[in-house]
Amino acid sequence: MSATGITTAHSVVAPTGRTRAIAGAIVIVYALITMIPLLWIVVTSFKTPDDSIAYPPKLLFTPSIEGYCNLFNTRTRQTPEYIAALPPATGQCDQLVRSRNMVIAGPSNVIPRFTNSIIIAFGSTFLAVALGTLTAYGFSRFRVPFANDLLFFILSTRFMPPIAVAIPIYLMYRAIGLTDTKIGMILLYTAVNVSLAVWLLKGFIDEIPREYEEAAMIDGYSRLQAFRKVVLPQAATGIAATAIFCLIFAWNEYAFAVLLTSGEAQTMPPFIPFIIGEGGQDWPAVAAATALFLIPILVFTILLRKHLLRGITFGAVRK
Amino acid sequence: MAEIRVENLHKAFGEFVAVRDSTFTVADGEFFVMLGPSGCGKTTTLRMVAGLELPTSGRILLGGGDVTFNRAAARDIAFVFQLFALYPHMNVRQNIGFPLKCAGMSRSEIRARVEETARFLRIDHLLDQPVSRLAGGDRQRVALGRAIVRRPMAFLMDEPLGTLDTEFRDLMVRELRELHLRIKATTVYVTHDQLEAMAMADKIAVMSRGIIEQFGTPQEIYDRPASMFVADFIGSPPMNFLAFRGGLRKGAASVRVNGADIALPEIREDRADGELALGVRPEYIRFDDASRLRGAVFGAEYLGTTQIVTVDTAHGQVKARLPADIAVNPGENVGLAFRGEKLSLFDKSSGRAIHTALIDGARHG
Repeated sequence: MSATGITTAHSVVAPTGRTRAIAGAIVIVYALITMIPLLWIVVTSFKTPDDSIAYPPKLLFTPSIEGYCNLFNTRTRQTPEYIAALPPATGQCDQLVRSRNMVIAGPSNVIPRFTNSIIIAFGSTFLAVALGTLTAYGFSRFRVPFANDLLFFILSTRFMPPIAVAIPIYLMYRAIGLTDTKIGMILLYTAVNVSLAVWLLKGFIDEIPREYEEAAMIDGYSRLQAFRKVVLPQAATGIAATAIFCLIFAWNEYAFAVLLTSGEAQTMPPFIPFIIGEGGQDWPAVAAATALFLIPILVFTILLRKHLLRGITFGAVRK
Repeated sequence: MAEIRVENLHKAFGEFVAVRDSTFTVADGEFFVMLGPSGCGKTTTLRMVAGLELPTSGRILLGGGDVTFNRAAARDIAFVFQLFALYPHMNVRQNIGFPLKCAGMSRSEIRARVEETARFLRIDHLLDQPVSRLAGGDRQRVALGRAIVRRPMAFLMDEPLGTLDTEFRDLMVRELRELHLRIKATTVYVTHDQLEAMAMADKIAVMSRGIIEQFGTPQEIYDRPASMFVADFIGSPPMNFLAFRGGLRKGAASVRVNGADIALPEIREDRADGELALGVRPEYIRFDDASRLRGAVFGAEYLGTTQIVTVDTAHGQVKARLPADIAVNPGENVGLAFRGEKLSLFDKSSGRAIHTALIDGARHG
């Protein structure tokens, strides 16, 4: 276009070089604003505790894995004489800890908590999406009595912040013994997410022409087979997008997790603040936990990125 | 292949009656077209025959067996949809082979049958293409392939040419008719396009508001319409109606319209004075200065070999199809003459045709 220097006609829709540059600059600035905190967390996780609280903040420093060592191990303080009498250190972590006059007492709770997070977040996402897909399909394809009222009711569960019902849920859970259980947390997050899933997926399934299933049913499939073999593959985009939204909620949820879990079923969000208290303000360990905490959702989102992009703009433009 | 019998089929959605007591028979190997404006119940009828919709009452028999409440899959019919409904995540081969796969046929047999079908429809060069890359006509051929590959008892088609452009549509009309002649499959075809219906059908049922207005061959429907609705719906331009008042006597062979005696087929019923309509197709009208039925030329549409001349008369506007070389001037006073043996009479209030030698000739079965 204008790269040739000769402009014979202006397109009213194609961006010009200048608007492109401005748009690019805005995107870069915005990306920096959102990325810097994440970057800072990753950087902090590789600092020593002293570097992490240095003022002015250190941009150049010697990287250390002390944060990760402290995250994965519990330590106890010992006298230098005791440490000197020990057999030689077996690894880098051992060495780092001993240099602070401490010894490794055992593994920390981070791995079980991380596992809890994975089980609860993915479990509830799977359930919410599965229930949501079936419900949405039902609403989309059958004459459900009072369909609109029911859909409104389903949506109305999101009218208030879920935490508003925290106390009744806490009491209920205590009465039926679901406090601090993984299944309790899975059920809770599923209940919160299923309304979102139903509404998102109903939109997607409405867009799939019924003729596909009808053709399959005439060709010999049952309704359920047609649903599985014909509708599901076509709803994949919507299902992926919905799954990401549900997973992000369940993965990051903090308030219920603090209230309802303390040990057995504790997830990462309430666990991370605990780390600060274990032996002074150990910011590198907190940063290390946060950095690790980000990874699964990042991987999941990147894997489904294509679907997500198509998913949130779905229906806006005909293909 | 098999005969399809529909007996007193009724379908109501709440208050709304989509199909009212429909009864018809599609003979083995017949190409049957249900024709009517949108919302007349033709698609609902077809969907009930297919098993995609359950009737409120009535029976559907396929090859003698009652299938009224059978699942679609258990009816051994094939359905071609308006939007083709090709599975977008499968290629042409998989689409055509899908019904066979559902039936649990072996891979090699599916392969052979799919290839045979594709050759038959001349789409064998497209077998490994994704369906999203096909043109409209080819998509339609794939949809047909998926229907015929299974060799079902009957084909049901719901406006299969509705989304094609005119040129393709004419081509597909010929191909469908040719296909029908080759495989002689019992076919129920739904359309709102009278040209498609006329060109392809052995029998047509014209539907309106859930009711079959007339059932017959294309010729019968065109020449001997059973109601004003049919007369108006079929033909382009449609049949002209000259409204007049009068009584009818059995055995008479003319009616008196505004002082002019108009000859028509022998009347077979007595009727007291009432509002009537004389039905005449545009091509059965000519100009005749001697005629006492007169009007003023309103305008003319030139169509190449013919022209459609609109004439204002005391009984309403009349459109005549005349040879293109007749000179007509707007405002000119002309006399109209009709081909008597082709005229129809209707009771204006009910819209039903009055029994005449012409209409009774159409009664069959």
